[in-house]
Amino acid sequence: MPEDIIGLIRENVIQGRITKDDEGMDEGMVGKPGVTELVEQALASDLPIQDIVTKGLSGGMEVVGQKFEAGEYFIPDMLASAEAVGVAMEILQPRLARSGIKTKGTIIVATVKDDLHDIGKNIVSILLRGAGYAVKDLGHNIDTQVIVDAVREERPQFLGLSALLTSTMARMADVIQILEENGLRDQVKIIVGGAPVSEEFAKSIGADGYGADGFQAVAVVEALASGTEN
Amino acid sequence: MPRAGILVDRPYERLTKEQVELIHQASMEILTAPGLISFNEEAANILHSHGAAVESIPGDRRSWQVKIPEQLILNALDNAPRTVKLGARNPDNTLIMQGDEPRVYLITGSETNIWLDVEFPTYVHKSDASREIRVPEFKPRRGTVEDLCQSAHVCEHLEMVDGYIRTVNIQDREITEENKDVNKFFASLNNNTKHFMSGLTSLKQLDNVVRMAELIVGGKKALEENPIISFITCLVKSPLQFVDDTTATFIEVCRRGLPVAVSSSPQAGTTAPIKEAGIMAQINAELLAGITLGQLVKPGTPVLYGSVPVRARMDTLGDSYGSVETSQYNIDCAQMARFYGIPNYSTSGVSDTKIPGQQSSIERLFSDIVVAMSGPQYLHCAFGLLDCNSVFCLLQAVLDDAHFKMIKFFLRQPRIDQPEMEAALKQIRAVVTTPQKLYISYIRPVLRSGEISGIYPFEGSGETDDVLELAYEQMKDLLARPVEHIDRETTARIFEEIPGILPRLNVYERES
Ligand code: B12
Repeated sequence: MPEDIIGLIRENVIQGRITKDDEGMDEGMVGKPGVTELVEQALASDLPIQDIVTKGLSGGMEVVGQKFEAGEYFIPDMLASAEAVGVAMEILQPRLARSGIKTKGTIIVATVKDDLHDIGKNIVSILLRGAGYAVKDLGHNIDTQVIVDAVREERPQFLGLSALLTSTMARMADVIQILEENGLRDQVKIIVGGAPVSEEFAKSIGADGYGADGFQAVAVVEALASGTEN
Repeated sequence: MPRAGILVDRPYERLTKEQVELIHQASMEILTAPGLISFNEEAANILHSHGAAVESIPGDRRSWQVKIPEQLILNALDNAPRTVKLGARNPDNTLIMQGDEPRVYLITGSETNIWLDVEFPTYVHKSDASREIRVPEFKPRRGTVEDLCQSAHVCEHLEMVDGYIRTVNIQDREITEENKDVNKFFASLNNNTKHFMSGLTSLKQLDNVVRMAELIVGGKKALEENPIISFITCLVKSPLQFVDDTTATFIEVCRRGLPVAVSSSPQAGTTAPIKEAGIMAQINAELLAGITLGQLVKPGTPVLYGSVPVRARMDTLGDSYGSVETSQYNIDCAQMARFYGIPNYSTSGVSDTKIPGQQSSIERLFSDIVVAMSGPQYLHCAFGLLDCNSVFCLLQAVLDDAHFKMIKFFLRQPRIDQPEMEAALKQIRAVVTTPQKLYISYIRPVLRSGEISGIYPFEGSGETDDVLELAYEQMKDLLARPVEHIDRETTARIFEEIPGILPRLNVYERES
C-alpha cells in the first residue's frame, strides 16, 4: 500500500525517528521502521520522489513546527525530526538529481578561522537539512582559503558562516572580500550568525542575510531562495 | 496509597550526638526545677496522680507548680506512637508520618487575621503616554469565610500542598465564638480533600466538629481509621506554663484519640533565652511536658512534636520568622523530635515582609530549603504567609508551590549506580566518534520522564519582571478548576445535625 509508506514517513518525521532503533515520542516504537528504512522502502516501491519529499518529509516537519510553536515540542524534539529529514534527503540526493526535480539547493557552512565554537553552527546545519537543503559542513576553525576553495568547487547556492567571538567576526568579512577578489561573490548568497553577530554587522560586511537563531537561519535562507528577502 | 511528600535521603542536622544529649538532659532538669506552672487544674491533677510533685501557687488566679519526674516523661515517650496517620476525604491524600523517617509533608497555615488582595492597575509613563506598565498593588483586609473557601479551593489544586491548616481567620459579622469552629471546619473540608488540621476556638464545639467529620467519613469507626481531621493545641505558653483553656481542649482531644499537635512557640529574647542552648532546652521541655500529659490522658494518643520556635525582631520584639536563627532552631527541633522518634510539626516559609516580592522570596526560600532539608514530617506555615505570620496572600501561596517543586526536585537522591554508569559510558563513547559531538539526541528519552527540572514557571519575556502577574493568572486558573465538594446528601445531614453553619456555605442550596 504505497500511500501508507508516505504516511508512515510523515508520522516518523513527527516522531523524530531516524532508524528502527530510535524510541521516538510514543511508547512501543522501537523496532518499527524509521524514516531511513521507510524512505528505502518507498524507493523500492517506486513511489514518486516528489511525494516522499513534500507529503512525507516536509509534511511531517510542518506538524513538528506547529507542535514546537504550541510548546508541546522542545528543541531536542525539533532537532530529532530535522535530523531524520536530513538523513532522508541524503538518501534521496542522487535520485533527486537524476529525476530532474528541482532541489532546494546546497549550503556550505563553517565556523571561521580561530573560532572553536560549533554548537550553534551544528544546530543551524541540522535545521537547514531538515528544511530540505543539502548541507555541507566544513567544520570549525576553518581557514578562509579553504572556505573560498569550497565555494569555487562546490558552487553552492548559499554559504553560512558562524563566529562566536568578537575577535573572529572579522574573518567573515575576510571571506566575503576574497570571494569578491576571486569573482565568486555573485554566485553565492552569504548568511552569517553567532552570538556577537547582528543584522547591522551583517550589512556592514556585505553579507546577504543574518539569523539570530536556527529558525531564523532557515527563514532567511528560504527568503533569499524565493527572492523575498527585502 | 499515602501522599509521597519529600523523602529526604540524608537529613541536614546541626547538632552532634553530645549536643542532643545535653539538650535532653537540660530539659529533664528544667521539668523538675523549676518545673511548669499549670493554670489548668485537671492537668495538674492528672500529672499529680502519676507521681508529679504538684503544689498550689497562692495568688488571684488558680495555678499549680508541677514538677515532672524524668521517668514519667520517658514512659510517656515510650507510649507515644512512632507512626501517625492523618487521613483525608480523598484517601489518596492520606499522610503517614514516621518519627524516624525524614519524609516531609508540606502544610499550609496558620490562621492569620489579614487577607492580602492583589490588583494590577496600569500606570502610564509621565513623559511618554504610549508607555504603560502594570504594577501589583496589595490591599490588606480582614479575612472572611469566602476567603477561607477560596484558599482551601486553590490549595486543593496546589500540587505541593500535602495538608490543609486554615490559612485565614474568619471574621465576618455573622461569625461568633460559638459558630466559628463549625464554619471554619465546614468551609475547609468542603473545598479541600486533603487532611485538615485546626485549632479549636470553643471547646463546646469539639463534639460538633468531630460529628461533622464522622458524617463525612461514615461514622465513628470510620473516623478512627481515617482521621480526616486533627487538632493543634498550643497548650504551652512560654516560658513553661500550661494555659487553662487550650490545655482543657488538649485533654478532650486526647480523650477522643484524635491526632493532635502539641505546640509551643517560644520567642528567643522575650519568652525564651536569646541564645540557642537556652531556647532549645526550654522548648524541648515544654513539648515533652505536653506530650507526657497527652499520653497520661490516653496512652497511645497520636501526637506531633509541635515546635514553633522563633527569634525576636530587635526593632519590634515581634516574631521574626525571617531571621536565620529561626531556621536554626527549627532544624534543631526536627533533630530532637527524630531523637525521640516522634513526628515533628515544624515551621518554614513565613517572611517578615508584608508583601510578595524580593524580600519575601529570599526570606521564605531560605527557610524552606534549609528546614525541608532537616526532614521534619509536617512542615506547616509553608504557603502564603507574610508579615511575621499575620498576613496570608493566596498569590504568594501559588509562588511557594512552584518553589517547593524546585526544592523537591533538588532533594532527589542522586541516580548513580552500575547500570546508569554503563549507559553513560556507552553514550560518551558513541558521541565522541560523531562529527558533531553533541549529546542532544540523548536528551529526548529523559525529556518527559520528569528527570529534568523545568524552567522557572513564571519567567516573563523581555526586560520586565512578570512573575507576580503570571502567578496571578495561574491562581485564577486554579480557582476556575472545580473541587470535589462534600456530596449533597451528606451536606444536607451536616446542615441538619450541626447548628451554626452559614446557609450560604451550602453549595447545593446556592445552586437551586
Ligand atoms: C559553549 C561556549 C564555549 C565552548 C564551545 C564548545 C563548542 N563545541 O562550541 C568552549 C568551552 C570550547 C568555549 C571556548 C571559548 N570561549 Co566560549 N562560549 C561558549 C558559550 C557559553 C555558549 C556558546 C554556545 O554554544 N551557545 C549555544 C548555541 C546554540 O548558540 P549560538 O552559538 O549563539 O548559536 C545560535 C545563533 O547564534 C545562531 N547562529 C550561530 N551560528 C550561525 C551561523 C549562521 C549562518 C546563522 C544564520 C545563525 C547562526 O543560531 C544558533 C542556534 O540557535 C558562549 C556564551 C554565549 N552565551 O554565547 C561563550 C563565549 C562565546 N565564549 C567566549 C570566550 C571568550 C571563549 C574563549 C576565548 C575562552 C578562553 N579564554 O579560552 C574560548 C575560545 C576558544 C576559541 N578559540 O574559539 C566569549 C566570547 C567573548 C567575545 N569577546 O566574543 C563568550 C561570549 C562567553 C563570555 N561571555 O565571555 N566557549
